[in-house]
Amino acid sequence: MNKKQNWIDQRFPLTKTWNEHLAKYYAPRNFNFWYFFGSLAILVLVLQLVTGIFLTMYFKPDAANAFTSVEYIMRDVEWGWLMRYLHSTGASAFFVIIYFHMYRGLLYGSYKAPRELIWLLGMALYIALMAEAFMGYVLPWGQMSYWGAQVIISLFGSVPVIGPDLLVWILGDYAVGDPALTRFFSLHVVALPLILVVLVFLHIVALHAVGSNNPDGVEIKKTKDKDGIPKDGIPFHPYYTVKDIMGVFVFLIIFCSVLFYAPALNGYFLEHANFVEANPLQTPDHIAPLWYLTPFYSVLRAIPPMFGSQFPGVLAMFVALLILAALPWLDRSPVKSIRYRSSPFKWALGVFVISFVVLGWLGMEPVTPRNVLLARICTFLYFAFFILMPWYTSIGKTKEVPERVTE
Amino acid sequence: MSEQTIDLKKRRFLTQATSVVGAVGVGFVAWPFLSTWKPTARAKAAGVPVDVDISKLETGQLVRVLWRKKPVWIFKRDAETLKSLESESLLKVLTDPEGSGNSKNQQPKYVTPNYRSIEGKEELAVIVGVCTHLGCSPTYRPEPGAADLGGDSWKGGFYCPCHGSKFDLAGRVYAGAPAPTNLMIPPYSFVSDTLIRIGVDPVTS
Repeated sequence: MNKKQNWIDQRFPLTKTWNEHLAKYYAPRNFNFWYFFGSLAILVLVLQLVTGIFLTMYFKPDAANAFTSVEYIMRDVEWGWLMRYLHSTGASAFFVIIYFHMYRGLLYGSYKAPRELIWLLGMALYIALMAEAFMGYVLPWGQMSYWGAQVIISLFGSVPVIGPDLLVWILGDYAVGDPALTRFFSLHVVALPLILVVLVFLHIVALHAVGSNNPDGVEIKKTKDKDGIPKDGIPFHPYYTVKDIMGVFVFLIIFCSVLFYAPALNGYFLEHANFVEANPLQTPDHIAPLWYLTPFYSVLRAIPPMFGSQFPGVLAMFVALLILAALPWLDRSPVKSIRYRSSPFKWALGVFVISFVVLGWLGMEPVTPRNVLLARICTFLYFAFFILMPWYTSIGKTKEVPERVTE
Repeated sequence: MSEQTIDLKKRRFLTQATSVVGAVGVGFVAWPFLSTWKPTARAKAAGVPVDVDISKLETGQLVRVLWRKKPVWIFKRDAETLKSLESESLLKVLTDPEGSGNSKNQQPKYVTPNYRSIEGKEELAVIVGVCTHLGCSPTYRPEPGAADLGGDSWKGGFYCPCHGSKFDLAGRVYAGAPAPTNLMIPPYSFVSDTLIRIGVDPVTS
C-alpha cells in the first residue's frame, strides 16, 4: 500500500491534498447542527448532476417534443419517474439547504473578515444556482415553464434604451419559443453546471485557506499548541465526516418523505399548471415562480412603475439580491457571533427574517391591495436591514468574546 | 548581449501592448459566438401577416390567434360597451386614455380615439394580448361590476393574473397598475367585411 502511495505521491500530491482538506484540516470542535448544510449542499449537487445526466438521455430539447418527452420519462422509462422526481425534489432541497447555509452565515458572522471572499464566492454560487434552477424549470415546457420564462425574460426588456433588442437577443426570437428552450437546455446541462462546480471548488479552497468560523466566532488559529495545531481544532476526518453522515441520514429521511409521498408538495415544488403543456395564447389564472425565487419576485411587484417604465421594480429586485454581497462591508460590529452581538442587531436580524419570509409567501399569492401594501412594508424593512446596518451594528453593547471556544 | 541591462519600461510597454491587442482579439472572437443568439433567418421569416375569418364572431365573443408568436385578441363589443369607453367615469381612472403620453407608440395612427379600432368597424377590437408589464396574457373579464376586480368601479376589460394590471375593453391601462402603457394595437386592415388581416396597414385612398 505504502509503495503504491509513494509512487502516486511522487507524481501527484494525493496524500498532501487528503491531509490539507480532510485528515489534517482542523475545524473548530464546537460545530452545531447549522454546520451540516455545507456538506449537504455538496451531496445535493452530486445528486443533481447524476440524475441530470440520466434525464438528459431521454429529454428532447425541442418545443414540439419537450413536454411529451418528460411525460415519456415519467411513464415509459423504467424508473424514469424516480430520476425526474429526484431531480425536481433535489432542486427545491438545494435551495432549502442553501438558505439555511446562508442564514448560518448571518447568525455567526461567517461573512466577516477574513472570510469576505468565501461569502462573495458563495453569493456567486447562489446567483448561478438561481439561473440554473430557473432554466431547468423552463425545460419541461409546461404552462408555468413557458409563462415563467416569459415574465423573467421580460425583465431584461425593461432595461432603458437597449431593453427591446436585448430581449430579442436572449430569446433568439420575438417571443419565447424553441430557440429559447434549446439555449436554456445548453446552459442548464453544460455551462452552468461547470460554473457551479468550479465555484464550489473555489469556495472550499478559500474556506480551507482561512479556516472555518464557528458558533462562537472565535478564531481558533489564534491559540495553537507547540505543534502549530489549533487547540480548539479537531481533524475534519474522521470527526466531522462521521458527524456529517448523521446529518445526511436526517436529511435523507425528510427528503425521501417528500420524494415518495408528495413530490409536487402541493404545488410548491412542482406547480399544478406545469402539468399542462405550454400554450402561448393563454396565461394560467394564477402564476408565480417557484418558492425559492418568490421573495425577490415580491420586491419586483411591490415597486410601482415610474416614468412610464417598470425598470425601477426590476432594478429593485436585482439590488435586493446583490446587496447581500455587501454584508461584509456593511457590518461594523466588532464581534461575529449572534451569541455576543448587541441587541439592536438581534432585533434587526429578526425583522429581516420575518420580512424575507413574508415576501416569499406574498410572491406566491395573488395581487390584492392588502398584499401590495404588505409587500411594500416588507420591501422597505428588507432594504432597511442592509442600509441601516453600519449604524445599528456600531451602537449597543456587545458581550465580551471569550479567548477560546466554549462548550 | 549579456551586458545589456533590462529595460523595465520597455518590458512593461510590450506587456501592455500585447494585452491590448489580445483583448481586441478576444472581442473579435466573441462576436460570432454572441451573434449566434440573434434570431435566425427562419425565425425572422415567421413574422408574416395573418388572416382571420370573423364571420362567425358573436358580440361579446373573443378569439385568440397567434401573430409573430404573440397572442392577438379579436373581439366584438356592443353599442353599450362602446358608449362606456367614452364615459367620464372611466376616462378618469385610466393612465393615458388618449394614447398621447407614454402609450403613444402603442397604436397605429389610423385607429379612432377611445375605441382604438378602425372607423366604420368600431365594434371590432384587435389587440395584442401581451401585458406591457412583463409579457403575460391578460384574462378576458368583460362583465362590469365583477366583485373580485373592484365591484362597481370595474367597467369590464382585461385582468393580468401575473401582477394585477387592469385594462379596459379598448386595452387602455388603469391608473395604479404595474403596466406602464396601454396594450398594443397591431397594424391591421379589412380585406373584406368578414376577413381581418393582421400585420398590414389599411390602404389609404
